[in-house]
Amino acid sequence: MNNQPIRVLIAKPGLDGHDRGALIIAQSLRDEGMEVIYTGLRQTPAQIVATAIQEDVDVIGLSCLSGAHNELFPEVTRLLREEKADDIIVIGGGIIPQEDIPFLLESGIKSIFTPGTTTKETADFIRQAVREREEDQ
Amino acid sequence: MSQSAWQERREKWEEKTEKQLSRFPERKESFVTSSGIEVKRLYAPENVDEHTEQEISLPGEFPYTRGIRPSMYRSRFWTMRQYAGFGSAKETNKRFRYLLEQGQTGLSVAFDLPTQIGYDSDDPMAAGEVGKVGVAIDSLEDMEVLLDGIPLDRVSTSMTINAPASILLAMYIAVAEKQGVSSKQITGTIQNDILKEYIARGTYIFPPAPSMRLITDIFAYCSEEVPKWNTISISGYHIREAGSTAVQEIAFTLADGIAYVEAALQAGLDIDQFAPRLSFFFNAHNHFFEEIAKFRAARRVWAKIMKERFHATNERSLQLRFHTQTGGSTLTAQQPDNNIVRVTLQALAAVLGGTQSLHTNSRDEALALPTEDSARIALRTQQIIAYESGVADTPDPLGGSYYIEELTDQIEKGVWEYIQRIDEMGGAVQAIEQGFMQREIHRVALETQRKIEDGSEIVVGMNRFRVENEVPPQLLRVDPALGEEQVKRLEQLRAKRNGAEVEESLARLKAAAEGTDNLMPHILHAVKAYATIGEICNTLREVFGEYRPV
Repeated sequence: MNNQPIRVLIAKPGLDGHDRGALIIAQSLRDEGMEVIYTGLRQTPAQIVATAIQEDVDVIGLSCLSGAHNELFPEVTRLLREEKADDIIVIGGGIIPQEDIPFLLESGIKSIFTPGTTTKETADFIRQAVREREEDQ
Repeated sequence: MSQSAWQERREKWEEKTEKQLSRFPERKESFVTSSGIEVKRLYAPENVDEHTEQEISLPGEFPYTRGIRPSMYRSRFWTMRQYAGFGSAKETNKRFRYLLEQGQTGLSVAFDLPTQIGYDSDDPMAAGEVGKVGVAIDSLEDMEVLLDGIPLDRVSTSMTINAPASILLAMYIAVAEKQGVSSKQITGTIQNDILKEYIARGTYIFPPAPSMRLITDIFAYCSEEVPKWNTISISGYHIREAGSTAVQEIAFTLADGIAYVEAALQAGLDIDQFAPRLSFFFNAHNHFFEEIAKFRAARRVWAKIMKERFHATNERSLQLRFHTQTGGSTLTAQQPDNNIVRVTLQALAAVLGGTQSLHTNSRDEALALPTEDSARIALRTQQIIAYESGVADTPDPLGGSYYIEELTDQIEKGVWEYIQRIDEMGGAVQAIEQGFMQREIHRVALETQRKIEDGSEIVVGMNRFRVENEVPPQLLRVDPALGEEQVKRLEQLRAKRNGAEVEESLARLKAAAEGTDNLMPHILHAVKAYATIGEICNTLREVFGEYRPV
């Protein structure tokens, strides 16, 4: 079993400036022992994918509260497939209506966390997903 | 009763209470507000004895603790101003007309993110964001549609626009002129507060120095040409939403205010020429009494700053006028109808705190933009407070309350401490560049999250009193085809306008930006030639560069 800490990229796609959630998740995952990189605001899907590959992360966490998730999240997973980097697990959070979630999951997002999710739940999900991926490989 | 007799009686009360507490202990070890102010077991006359009459004063009198007008809402209610905008200019115009029909008394425009960050709808950076959090405005043509049929000589309009505030104000002036309304008659507000964008909201474009110039250019231009316009709305709202305490909200906002005043003075303006048009924007959060005290303390501190630090003499320069919005981050996605109750309490605190205008959030805003039904309930909440509750029938009804006066004092004290620290760093701009405010806010946001997760802070319906299998409510959907339609409109505009005139106006703007001219007339000229927001902002980007956060 791999003992390296899990590496996570927390990213803000699009123009949304609400980063309270992204900053809290980044800090909380660090407190859970993960290595976390935060992109800062206003990243295009292409920039996010490039950073994820360059930083060799296990997981990308996308945060969007502007309603642009249906356009921006699937673009990230599409570019990851294009770059043959779709072993990177992508999760998302923000202001995301329930009815959008099936479409996002279909487009390759592993899970969507909506308001009220605890940081512990998110960390546990990430650990579980990374473990399952390693077992598959 | 003599003082010693009172003292004795108070001591006996404490003894009796201690005894009772041995059988019925208090719910918590300590009771504190968001700002960490300890709430005492009892507030009694000794808590107000220390107050001079000067500090509490009378409504309409310095330092305006009890409100800026002598009669407050006995004369006129606050302006009921619901923030709205989504999709296209045409769709938003429909919502505006609906809200005005329902008895709303002022407009408040929400722009989409590309507009707020100075990108045209067809810019690659705008992908996915067109029309999402507000209305898409690319040029004067869109603004004409947005304000169609709205009498700009009678309706006041607030626009949440910051980095490109001059451009949107120029468009508003141009539309008013077409309606036959002079710029001297129009009333409204532009947010125009770039410092809190760096701190908490994120729609900055240019670095601080040229941004401050754009702002002081607006102050100077409007003092002559648009005298009834509020040239800035110095905002604590987003600082609070990002996680700050009540004290931090006021302290950082007033520190930003000081920075704007200093920039304007440096630009050669006279304090009483621009200060009466400064306005503020605060959050109404959960801790009911702390919020009321916060508004009272904010007025008192600002009055003292303007009088003692800047030697303003016009009374209107000393009066802190503010808009309030209920706290978006207090809303829960779970059991959204509960949010109506939260909003009611927060709105009541804003009214008891003497707000000049108010936006009440809709119940479904933790999930999406509000539906028409939800927006109506939010407006009705204000109308019930105004017309049915009687709370607006006398100014500052809680003035003199032992508790409120002590809380007001303590918030004031906390605010002065922060302002002093920020002064020592060289002012708000330097504090922001060092990341001071951002770190302070993040620290509290993290603490709040931990308290919610460990259950020491209870959010009804979320970490307590949950229900399983909730039925999701009907939500507003922004038509995804809208982005393409907006891009088409933009293409048509570019084809039909006078290209040479646009080029010429942008070249003139660029030359002015490189020099020291007031930029407002040049921006107005470009807007009237139907130059787009993206074209104007890109011209300024070439000269000013872009802000890169720390």
